[in-house]
Parts: sequence; structure tokens; C-alpha cells
Amino acid sequence: MSTENTEPTPAARLFASDLSVVNVGLALFDADIAAQGAQVSTLDWTPPGGGNADAVRALDALERAGVAERIEAANAEAVERVMAARPMLVGFDRALDVVPGMTPTTILHSGPPIAWEDMNGPMKGAVTGAIVFEGLAKDLEEAAEVAASGRITFKPCHEADSVGSMAGVTSASMYVHIVRNETHGNTAFTNLSEQMAKILRMGANDQSVIDRLVWMRDVFGPMLKEAVEFTGPVDLRLLLSQALHMGDECHNRNGAGTLLLFQALAPGLLRSSFTTEQKKEVFDFVASSDYFSGPTWMAMAKAALDAANGVADSTVVTTMARNGVEFGIRVAGLPGQWFTGPAQRVVGPMFAGYKPEDSGLDIGDSAITETYGFGGFAMSAAPAIVALVGGTVADAMGYTRDMGEITTARNPNVTIPALDFQGIPTGIDVRKVIDTGILPVINTAIAHREAGIGMIGAGITHPPAEAFTKAATALAAALA
Amino acid sequence: MSTTTAVVRKNTYFDSVSLMSVSTKANGLDGVEQAFTAMGTEMNKGVLENLGLLTDELRAAESGDLMIVVVAADGSDTEALLAEVEDLLTRKAPASAGAAEVTYRTVASAAAGIEGANLAVIAVNGAYAAREARKALESGLHVMMFSDNVAVEDEIALKNLAHDKGLFMMGPDCGTAIINNVALCFGNKVRPGSVGIVAASGTGSQEVSVRVHALGGGVSQLIGTGGRDLSERVGGIMMVDGIRALAADPATDVIVLVSKPPAASVEKKVLAEVAAAGKPVVVWFIDGSEEAVTAAGGHFAADSLQAARKAVELAGITGPAVEEFDAGAAAAEVVARLAEGQKYVRGLFCGGTLCDETMYAVRDAGLDVWSNIQKDPGFRLPAGSASRGHTFLDFGDDDFTNGRPHPMIDPALRIERIVEEAGDPEVAAIVLDFVLGFGSHEDPVGTTLPALREARRIAREAGRHLEIVAYVLGTDLDTPSVVAQSDALRAAGVTVTLSSTETGRFAREIAKKAQA
Repeated sequence: MSTENTEPTPAARLFASDLSVVNVGLALFDADIAAQGAQVSTLDWTPPGGGNADAVRALDALERAGVAERIEAANAEAVERVMAARPMLVGFDRALDVVPGMTPTTILHSGPPIAWEDMNGPMKGAVTGAIVFEGLAKDLEEAAEVAASGRITFKPCHEADSVGSMAGVTSASMYVHIVRNETHGNTAFTNLSEQMAKILRMGANDQSVIDRLVWMRDVFGPMLKEAVEFTGPVDLRLLLSQALHMGDECHNRNGAGTLLLFQALAPGLLRSSFTTEQKKEVFDFVASSDYFSGPTWMAMAKAALDAANGVADSTVVTTMARNGVEFGIRVAGLPGQWFTGPAQRVVGPMFAGYKPEDSGLDIGDSAITETYGFGGFAMSAAPAIVALVGGTVADAMGYTRDMGEITTARNPNVTIPALDFQGIPTGIDVRKVIDTGILPVINTAIAHREAGIGMIGAGITHPPAEAFTKAATALAAALA
Repeated sequence: MSTTTAVVRKNTYFDSVSLMSVSTKANGLDGVEQAFTAMGTEMNKGVLENLGLLTDELRAAESGDLMIVVVAADGSDTEALLAEVEDLLTRKAPASAGAAEVTYRTVASAAAGIEGANLAVIAVNGAYAAREARKALESGLHVMMFSDNVAVEDEIALKNLAHDKGLFMMGPDCGTAIINNVALCFGNKVRPGSVGIVAASGTGSQEVSVRVHALGGGVSQLIGTGGRDLSERVGGIMMVDGIRALAADPATDVIVLVSKPPAASVEKKVLAEVAAAGKPVVVWFIDGSEEAVTAAGGHFAADSLQAARKAVELAGITGPAVEEFDAGAAAAEVVARLAEGQKYVRGLFCGGTLCDETMYAVRDAGLDVWSNIQKDPGFRLPAGSASRGHTFLDFGDDDFTNGRPHPMIDPALRIERIVEEAGDPEVAAIVLDFVLGFGSHEDPVGTTLPALREARRIAREAGRHLEIVAYVLGTDLDTPSVVAQSDALRAAGVTVTLSSTETGRFAREIAKKAQA
């Protein structure tokens, strides 16, 4: 005896179920549907590419059959590289000795390329401070002349395997982290946290700032270098993962990460050749700000993301970086090209005495953290700082969920407890950003718009949609 | 002179981000020139020093101590301000409202995140609608697409995709559906029942559903197809799938098809489905012919009222006796009151099919009819041109709606036209429809009444009787109800007809007699 066992059709299933509507576009239908007792969820919908016709045209080209499959495969490969990367902190050293292409007159800066005369206040402040620090000028005034003279080689950190927070200004004798990606063999660099608020990277450049840089060059950096020689390489992805479990998002909140990193380095610091007094200075300095490990996570992310550069056909973003004037992105499938748009305002709480109009525009390479999948993308790991986004813990969860919509994968190595240990959203896909109209969210600090002052607040910002439209257009031209 | 107050709360910890946020709020308090809340870290003390606010007491604060500094404007109560700042520090977050309402940004994430999500209503700009619909279908959702201005190529691709997945692709330009007794977009509250409707016409299907309800029947499902579904190019994909779904649906006893006459090849395809449905199928192809329908074993309906009557009868329902409107007698009374030269009927409609039905009724009496939706180009009257002879305008058609909401939502354009027509001495009667129900204006009659009074005043002062005829499409369950809206019209001296079909008959009788 045979029994008929046919699967009900989708129509039959619909008729037999409670209606549950996804409402797209007209909110006025929402109330009518709800009033009839049906489930309805109205989307917070935005047109693809912010309604930009070029963006939609590019997207259509990238979605064509044949092209789409190639991109899918390439993106899977790119994101696999990022997730498989194992960045290890292998040492600290002077930039001149380790950063590729560094010369005594090279100054690295954050973001896409920019000429001296186009730099904003904080970056000019940092550049002139660095020139004084390097002994290339006797004072800030002369430093400005040197900067304008053409004798200085300006270059984005990103084009020297480096990243730099805020102004990102890195000169020859500054000490840098050396982070080696054990899986793929590439290396990334970033300078050391200056802690505090009135610091070079934020555009401050008075004698106290220079004095601190000198101490960092002579004591802090060398002691860190010796420390890692004793401890051996430190597995940064492991520490990052632990820090997220402890409530950091490792861009604007670094309390746990700093404790973990310091815990790893402390035995080496103690065994270093410096005096007890100097060791105490270093311990106090690390304790003075949770930001100590902030740059470390940036270099970690850079080392991982660089492994995806050059994966042909991939639309995965490998760089998001700002120079205070422009926001630039780079894409795995189009290595070496920058796609830019204007740097945006950062919105968030400010230190007393400062107003939003005092803010410099979004600046720094630190969005490399969001590019990897933490920072603003992992907001739900750091409920303690939801005030930064002006909201609630539920809002924080929403940020991570939204970022899931524009990324390629969930990184199983770095997870978020509050989301049932879901991995962080990894591999921003230019196509998805255009398609959903959702822009990456970036947690960041706010520098005063004028040179010499420093940090005045923190908050969130987004890249300009324009950068993604340009990238999509170039990808469409190259791939489709 | 402003006054500065600094307080150190020993051993009181807040995280720095919360404190910055409190500082920002405190700076917004009335009477505060500057406020600062921060832990006594070296960095924060440095910031205060830069601001010239670091007192000895603050200098002594340690990193576990909370510093509160308030610079109060001249004349402000410093103590009160300090209390307000402290209040900001202790304010509790609002109680969580249980399961937080999640707002999704994309169709795909909503489909994945909402358990049981089964249908997407898409009403975005036509340029983006196809993309959203494709994503909905790919996510396994049925689609009702309200959007119009979607390329026919996209419609075909979407309908083929939906068909392959066994999903509904209702639309583009689909304004009406009732799924599982829930009216979507524009629809009326009707009784659940055994009559299933597949319709390419929004107001046509609303009319049938409302008449079925009035006759004591009910609706199982009302599946919209969009107006272009039965064109040669689209080929009736959705109507065929709709018929099949209702044929397989145990809750549906009778199927009603509503459409303008399909392209010949499509009619053949649809009628083949009628023959194979295994249940009675009533076919109302507006202005269509009987022969082919009957040959396919379908039940031909010449008008919307007949479609509803046949459906209810075939479903075995004996409803309440329904009042009939004696069009001939009523028209004779009207015409008796007309002045010399009052010859024409002017129909001003929100519903396209309602306009069609009345226009064709007048045309079928051998009279010339002018309209913005006339099939005969010789009698087409574009929006913006003055009426001539018997004119029937569909204010819901693209040339009127361009850039403004549908007249079922915003009746403003039609209201102007009512007053305009009243001034024309050749006008014998103005015929109107009022569409009630979900999606429609909350009180279409109420918002039009002043114009109706004005129209009657204009005619009266010119020594004419102006007949105003109105049909209210709605049920006793709608809000507002058909009863209340009809009563309001009658109270204003309007003749209220009881169905779209009767409206056509009445208009025809008036037109015939007035022009005679």
C-alpha cells in the first residue's frame, strides 16, 4: 500500500499559516496590517547606493550571471585569508630600521595620500611636531617651512605596511610595533600609544608632547623591544578575542585588551635592562590610559587584512582610512587603488568646554579595526560604551546586526558572547554596502580641528557613500 | 560673573564614556556655562588644567574619585545646577520594554530573522522595486508589489522566478489582495468565506469582494496579479498560478476571475485553467465576450454584480434579500427636473474599474463617451482638458497621479473638478465613487461634502437641478462603514447607488433620457 506524501506547495503553506508581512517602502500599510491581527515588520529601508544611479548601474553589472559567481568565490577566498591570518606581536623597533621605505626625512600619515598644504589642522600640528622631534627644525615655525620645502617625503602609512591612529604621523626614530602574520608571512607596523589627550597624533605639539616622544624613543620603546625578546611572540588574535569577551570592542574601549597585553608583556618588561625607576615609569605610563593596546589591535587587523590584498575579482574592502580631509577605501581585487570621498563629522560626547564646531573631521587609520570586524562592528561586545552611540544596549546589538548585512562572513575566531558567540562580521563587501544602503559604522575619537590642542571627544561616524560608489564603478569596469 | 563649583566624590566610579555623555548633557542645562564630569585621572586633570579649572581640591582627586565641575552663568543657582548634574549621573535607563522590537534594514535579513515571515509588500520607487522583489522571492517570501513603473522585462523575470519557486508574484502595480482574511494595501473588510478571487484589477476585485460580502458570502483569498499580467508579453503567469492555488485550496469552493479582456493567446491559456480547475469558475472580463468563457465551462459574468451573484449562488449561499435600485424610474425622476440644455453625465472616479463599468454602460446605450482611459483614441481626453459630452475620468490613472498620491488617499484633485463641472450648464449629473477600506482616505465622503454643497449651490443659483450620484464601495465592517458614509451623502441630497453595476445603469438611463 502506498501513501501519498506530497510536500505542500508554498501557496498551500501560505494559506495554512498566519500571515507575517515584511513591509517595504510605505509605512502607512503597517498599521492597517497590524490592525487586522497579522504580523508585520516594516523595514528601515533605504534605496541602494543612497539612490545614486551610478552605484546601482555598477551593482547591476557586478550581479550579472558569471560575474557574480567569480566574485563570490574570490570573496570567500579573501575573507578566508583574513580569518586564517595569525598576527603575532614579534617585536618593537625604530621605524627607520624596520618600516619598508622609511628614511630620516620620511613622514608617514594616516588615510589616503595628501599633500602638506592640503592637510587639516591636527595633521599639520602632528607633522610639525614630528619634524621638531626628529631635529629637522628648531621650532614649530621652522618645521612648517621644512614641511613645505619639499624635503620631507609624505606617504600614507598604508603604503608602508603600516597604520597610524588619528594623524598617524610616524617619523624615523619613533618606535613601532612589529606584527607578523604567521599564516601568510606579511608584516604590519604601527607606532606606540602616547596615552593622554594632548598628544601628537591628535595634533598637539608643545614641548610636553615632544618630551614625551623623546622618552618613548629612549625608554618606552626600547624597553618594549627587550620585553618581547624575552617573552617571545604574542598571539594578538587570541588576546583580541579574549578582550571582546571581556567587554572591549578594541577601538574606543581597550580596558580589557590593555590588561591582557600588559599581562603578556610584564614579565619581559621586568627582565629588561632598564632601572627599576624606569620600569615604574613605564608601568605608570601604561596604567595612565586604557588606550595602550589600541594601536596594537590596529596593527593586528592590518596584518590580517593585507593578506587579502590582490585576491583577483574580490569586492572585499581591505582598508578604510581617513586623513582628516578625505576618507579612502581600498579593495582586495584592485590592489593599490584608493577610492575616496570627503571625511565626515564624528558625532558623540565631547570633553567639557568643547562644542561640535570645534571638531576636526574624521581622521586616522584606526578604521582598520572595523575593516577587520571589531570596533563599531563589535559594538554588541561592549555594552559599557553604548553612551558613545547615544543609545541603549539594544542599539548596540543593532549595530552589529546591521554590519552583518554588509559583510561576507562571521569570523569564528573572534566571537561575541551576547550574540550567542556569533563571530564578528568580517569582510565588508562593496556590493552589499551599495545594495543595502548601509554604511559601515566606525567608533572613533574626535581631535580638535586646530593644530596644537588634541583630543576633545569620541563618537561614531560613517564613510562617505561616494567612496563605495567609486569602488563599485571601478570594480564593474574591471570585472564585468 | 560666572561662578565655578568643583566637587570631588571620593571613591565613586563611572566609566569614561558615560561621564562624557553626562558632561555633554550637563552642558545643555539652562544656566550652565560649562560642566565637566570625569574621574580624577591624570589625563582628565590635564584637560581641566588646560581649561583653567583645576583647583587644589581637584588636583588632589585620584583616579577612583569622581570630579564634578560646574561653571554657572551669572545669577544661576549653583547648588541647584550641581544637583541637576548629579541627577543626570544617577538617572536610570528606561525599563526595557520586554523583547526589543527589531528593525530590519533589508528584506533578506527580515526574512531570515522573523520566524514565519511569508509575504513581502513592496511599495518602493519603481526604479528599486524589482531588486527588492527579487530578494524577497530569493528569500522564500511571496510578494505583493504595489510599486508601478516597473519594466515589463523585470515583471516577466520576477514572475518566472516566482513561478519556479511556487511563490506568488502579485504585481507590479497590484493594489489589492486579501490573504488569509487580511486585506493588503487597498482592500475591504469582508467576511471569511468560500469565494476565491484572482484579479488583475484592484477596484474591480474590491467591488466583487464587497458585493460577495453584501450578498451573504465571504472571501477565502483575493489574489492580485497586477494590471499587465494578462498582456501578451507577461502571458498571465500569475493568474494561472493563482487559479491553480485556489483550485487546490480546500477552503475555496468557487473561483472568480476579474480582469480586462486578456490578449487572445493569454485568454486561451487562462480558459484552459478554468476548464481544469475542478470547481466552478466565474469569469468577469470587463467588457469581454461570453462565448469563449462558456465554451471553456466557465460561468460568464457581464458585470461585477453578476459576478458576485453567480459566485455566491454557486457557493450555495442564500444571503439576505438585497435591496435593488430601480435605475429607470429614478432616472425618469431626475430628468424631469432638468433644465433645457442639461444633457450630459460627468463621471469623476477614483477606481479605474468603477470608471470602466459606468463608462461602458453608457457607451453600450449607443452614446459617445469621452475619457482619459478610453480605448478608442478618438475619444481620449487627456488630463487637464475640459470635459466634453459624456465624460468619465479615472483620477487614479497615471496621467492624474503623476507625482501625487492616489485619489483614494488624496481626493483634492477630484474635489476641484466637481466644482468645475457644476458650473457647466450642459451637465445633468455628476457621478462619483467613494472607495472605503484599508489604505483609503479615512473619511472620503466627509472631505468631499463641502465641494458637493458648493456644486449644488452653483447649479441652484443658475436655476438648474444638478443630480449628484454616488456609489460607496465598502462594507458594514469597514471603518468608516458604508452605512455611515452613505447616510452622510443622502443627507446632503446625493443619490446613493448600491453597486458599481447599478451606478452604470443609472448613469446610462440619465444619459439616454437627458440627451433624448
